[in-house]
Amino acid sequence: MAATDIPGGPGRPKASEDRLDSIRNEASTTGKVVTGAGRVDANAPIPGAEDYYNLPVLKPPTWTWEVPLYFFVGGIAGVSAVIAFVGQLFHADPRMVRVALWIAFVGTFLCPALLISDLGRPLRFLNMLRVFKWRSAMSMGSWILFGFGGAAFLALATNELVLYGIQSPLLPPLRWLGEFAGALTGLLLASYTGVLIGATAIPVWHENRRLLPAHFLTSGLGGSSAILEFFGFLVPATQILGFAAASVETLIGFMLELRHSRVDLPLHRGKSGWTMRIAGTLEGPIALLVRILSKGSAHGRYAAAACFLVGALCSRYAWIWAGRASAHDPQAVFESQHVAIAARKAAHRAV
Amino acid sequence: MTKAAFLTDATICIGCKACEVACKEWNEVPDDGMIWTGFSYDNTQMLGASTWRHVMFLEQPAGAGPQQADMENPFRWIFLSDVCKHCGNAGCLEACPTGAIVRTDVGSVLVQSDVCNGCGYCVVSCPFGVVDKRHPDGRAFKCTFCYDRQSAGMIPACAKACPTQSIRFGELDELREAGIARVAELQSRGYTDAQVYDPLETSVGGTHAMFVILGQPDAYNLPPAPEVPTIYLKSAWTSALVSALLLVAIVCVAFLF
Repeated sequence: MAATDIPGGPGRPKASEDRLDSIRNEASTTGKVVTGAGRVDANAPIPGAEDYYNLPVLKPPTWTWEVPLYFFVGGIAGVSAVIAFVGQLFHADPRMVRVALWIAFVGTFLCPALLISDLGRPLRFLNMLRVFKWRSAMSMGSWILFGFGGAAFLALATNELVLYGIQSPLLPPLRWLGEFAGALTGLLLASYTGVLIGATAIPVWHENRRLLPAHFLTSGLGGSSAILEFFGFLVPATQILGFAAASVETLIGFMLELRHSRVDLPLHRGKSGWTMRIAGTLEGPIALLVRILSKGSAHGRYAAAACFLVGALCSRYAWIWAGRASAHDPQAVFESQHVAIAARKAAHRAV
Repeated sequence: MTKAAFLTDATICIGCKACEVACKEWNEVPDDGMIWTGFSYDNTQMLGASTWRHVMFLEQPAGAGPQQADMENPFRWIFLSDVCKHCGNAGCLEACPTGAIVRTDVGSVLVQSDVCNGCGYCVVSCPFGVVDKRHPDGRAFKCTFCYDRQSAGMIPACAKACPTQSIRFGELDELREAGIARVAELQSRGYTDAQVYDPLETSVGGTHAMFVILGQPDAYNLPPAPEVPTIYLKSAWTSALVSALLLVAIVCVAFLF
């Protein structure tokens, strides 16, 4: 706010009760308001009995750029472990299984690094393993990541030893164990991030809690197979997975677009809404169309894979931004809760 | 062990902010900016990492009650000192992955600063928007219910400093009854929109910081039906499980070709 806009500032009449009254009258007739932090809409400065100066009820997420990037990387690493396990089971190309295991293994370094650098006190990262709490998705996530790290290392190490021709009766069962545990924890790693933000007080997140784990898993699936395609594995398996992921994302994009409650506003409007829409179109319909129209040509598949990866990454950021916008909107909180109160009253009447 | 509680009464508060100051002084809470909002008399605006008591200044069109009876432009001032609710079922406590947030012997919810690593999950898990990360410290902070003072047999600094006894400190069940009695008294005097804010019927399960307010909780930025976010876990994990099974099926089909 410029100094000259302050009532009683340079060139303005001195502040007095009369002047305040005239500002208020002016504001209520013209709809213009002395703006300041927190108040953005053009209403009269005297608030009604419905809200508190439109200030936020909730605190926005404090997470920095590392967290959405972690959601993206963790999803890809997790599903890569699943692809490696199933691929090994179905005797797929051993080179592809190897690359998938490497992707998972690299993820086990990137993920903790991103998460630790987001902490307010990074040196205390080991406190995450102080307790085991079923009821905290963040605690479960820490243990999932811990388990995934061990499993992905075991799977990679034993697989490398087998590929180097080392003979030992212990290696194949250990490799199976590592790959199986990797796939199991990988599925959890790729999906729990949806639970993590779904089970919070942020309206736009908890209202979409059923959709988020499926959405994030699909992103991991498409992202993982896209990276395998970039490594040159233009096999039918990655093509099918690319089709499946883009189709599901198209469906999810439509579902999100059709939601029109106050709570879902950040999915449609502003920075979060438009990022969500563009990202969703990239990883959904565009990736799907490119894949169909290119008829399996290498360039077409690379293009589809790139579209999916960019879309999946941007949509993670869009979800965090949507959470911020949602926390800043007190009406989203009030409206969703009044709906719940009305439902509770109706249930009481029914009994 | 008796459970401690606050009962903060909007009909008695005079908006002097002694509680805000006493809290800051006693707990050595740092300055969080000298900001003039430019749209109200409330320049504190909201609770935060460095604001553990917040006096609200409500300007409302006239509500119920005798004080506006002979006024030309019916209008009412309301003040209320907001604070951490110390929920019966606390979202921040459930969410904390390090065990830094604990339930104390007096029933309050305490962030142990020597354990907190600043992951920020409590911030999005509080249905009241109370706890926040402090910059540049990096850890999460909120009202401690003056646990140190209570341990030494003293009452919290805000309640001690309150000159009108708008902030009452005492035993939970007693204050719960006192709140109901106060509302009955106010209603008998014509303040028909007086009510106790103590969300007992939601998953939060009541709070250790209750309020006597005039009008709707929304006007005080108090969520009308706050829920502890753990109630969303079951449906979210179910969705994760079903999607994971479907994903494995899709990967199997892909490798069959």
